[in-house]
Amino acid sequence: MQISKADFIIEGLITQTIDHKMRPSLTYGQDAWRRLKLNKIAMLSLFILIILTLMCILGPSLSGYDFKTTNTLQLNFPPSLQHWFGTDPLGRDLFSRVWQGGRISLLIGFIGTFICITVGTMYGGISGYIGGRADHYMMRVIEVLVSIPSLVMVILLSLYLGSGMLSLIIALTAFGWTSTARMIRGQVLQIKQQEFVLAAVSLGASTARIILKHLIPNTLGIIIVDITFTIPGLIFAEAFLSFMGLGVQIPNTSWGALAASARDNIMFYPYQLFFPSLMIALTMLSFSLLGDGLRDALDPKLRS
Amino acid sequence: MDNHYDKFVLVEYLQKYFRVSGKQKLKAVDGISFYIKRGETLGLVGESGCGKSTAGKTILGLHKPTNGKIIIDGQDITKLSSKEKKQFTRKIQMIFQDPYASLNPRMTVSDLIAEGLTIHKMGSKDTKLRKVHELLKLVGLNKEHASRFPHEFSGGQRQRIGIARALAIEPEFIICDEPVSALDVSIQAQVINLLIKLQKELHLTYLFIAHDLSMVRHISDRIAVMYLGKLVEIADTTNLFENTLHPYTKALLSAIPIADPHYEDKKQSIQLRGELPSSINPPSGCTFRTRCEFATSACAEKEPKLIAITNDHFVACHQVTSDK
Repeated sequence: MQISKADFIIEGLITQTIDHKMRPSLTYGQDAWRRLKLNKIAMLSLFILIILTLMCILGPSLSGYDFKTTNTLQLNFPPSLQHWFGTDPLGRDLFSRVWQGGRISLLIGFIGTFICITVGTMYGGISGYIGGRADHYMMRVIEVLVSIPSLVMVILLSLYLGSGMLSLIIALTAFGWTSTARMIRGQVLQIKQQEFVLAAVSLGASTARIILKHLIPNTLGIIIVDITFTIPGLIFAEAFLSFMGLGVQIPNTSWGALAASARDNIMFYPYQLFFPSLMIALTMLSFSLLGDGLRDALDPKLRS
Repeated sequence: MDNHYDKFVLVEYLQKYFRVSGKQKLKAVDGISFYIKRGETLGLVGESGCGKSTAGKTILGLHKPTNGKIIIDGQDITKLSSKEKKQFTRKIQMIFQDPYASLNPRMTVSDLIAEGLTIHKMGSKDTKLRKVHELLKLVGLNKEHASRFPHEFSGGQRQRIGIARALAIEPEFIICDEPVSALDVSIQAQVINLLIKLQKELHLTYLFIAHDLSMVRHISDRIAVMYLGKLVEIADTTNLFENTLHPYTKALLSAIPIADPHYEDKKQSIQLRGELPSSINPPSGCTFRTRCEFATSACAEKEPKLIAITNDHFVACHQVTSDK
């Protein structure tokens, strides 16, 4: 039997030349955003945080009531069409007060966290990268700060600095950066052993460039997780200080101060506690869930 | 040593000691001297822990030498101020061993390759990008790869990125620190051949650190063999392989597998006894004597010096030199 070459067909052979399609290049930020968008929970949290922030900016002027004007005819009104969140024992509109308080709470959370993270990251980065004796002394300074009960120090500091936003932020951040610094240092000690740091040194990179461009970007994951812990932590700390009478001063308010003052009437007017607490809870939860999502989105190793 | 002009890299009695617990010293590199001519490749071989990587890093300036001179292009780089040194780093670059650890995972390929250009302020954004594209092409990658991250590449591709990064600032001397030992065997040849091609095109001088002798034989013009921080034999490649003198080199060469079962069976392999001694407390006299089958009492007393046997063949062994 004769068999010719034409009797054989190679199965699955593509004779046409394959089109080489490269996927379009995305920048780091674009790519992280693309992956964050796929995470529904993180996006919901981001949405809630944006709404909360917008309401803090616009809220106090929406209800038509000033947050500090008292009205003795409308004491402790429950939520109604007139007063959406009800009124407090002095007849002030709670809707306006909740968003006014949110301004202070969020502002302290954001500014305080920004300071804590920046200082902590720099301190930890320098300490970890330089190492040796400098590292030794820089870590002892942190240990001294940590060994003093922080609440006592914060109370003493705010007594010394007086009350008000600025002194509150100073008092809260003066000790808040130490845990970040420790974490970053530990991470930097690990990363600086890797060869890409040596490669940067051999290219002539300065110490500042190595810390800022090579070491700290690689700690981004833990920085973000740290941020999501620090913001609610500071909001809580502020609430505590306000409760102690060391926080924001009347007629100004914050979520913590609102919750604290509503505590006396919890049996009779639970809504006065409910709204500020709800806002605190929503903020904390959203930050935690968003932080989780961001950590995954920013990790280049998880890119698909 | 004859005239200094054709010696592009000249290392003289280079020592690098590390202090370990208390007053003990780890002699990682203990007085090595060699030269490399312009456009030449010197292979530096030795077993793990013999100090060959430390020697490379010290020459690059990542470690401060304890003693000795490193003269590159007529300039002693151990005596440079930090500013002059930054300028000088443009002349020497390194290709690292582990392509997974030597690229910053947070930077794109174009940022990685352009980093040297940014540090030395060479060119605007556009010229840098053009240069990155040129370099990618030179090492066999695509322009489209520029905006990707290192983890999207295979080991061989990563090593090519590492090579492009080293080439970006147009160095004249490149230290290759085991550039292929972390790669698959099939990729090793590609990268080695790329290095050879680049050397011809760009007139580079290489110090090629490795422990794979067949690879070193393929790329090197001359080979230096290192044992416990010291050089034991230097010769040009053919001489070293065909007229091996030092017993340690003989043992190393006998370990190269031959791709012919007939010869492989007949081959006399020399088994070295024992372990590599500690660099903190090296043996007296000849450091190799504890594992050398020809060692005599004389070997324990005096340290052998590198002595020229023929014109370009140096060896440090009492047994070899006493026969002469």
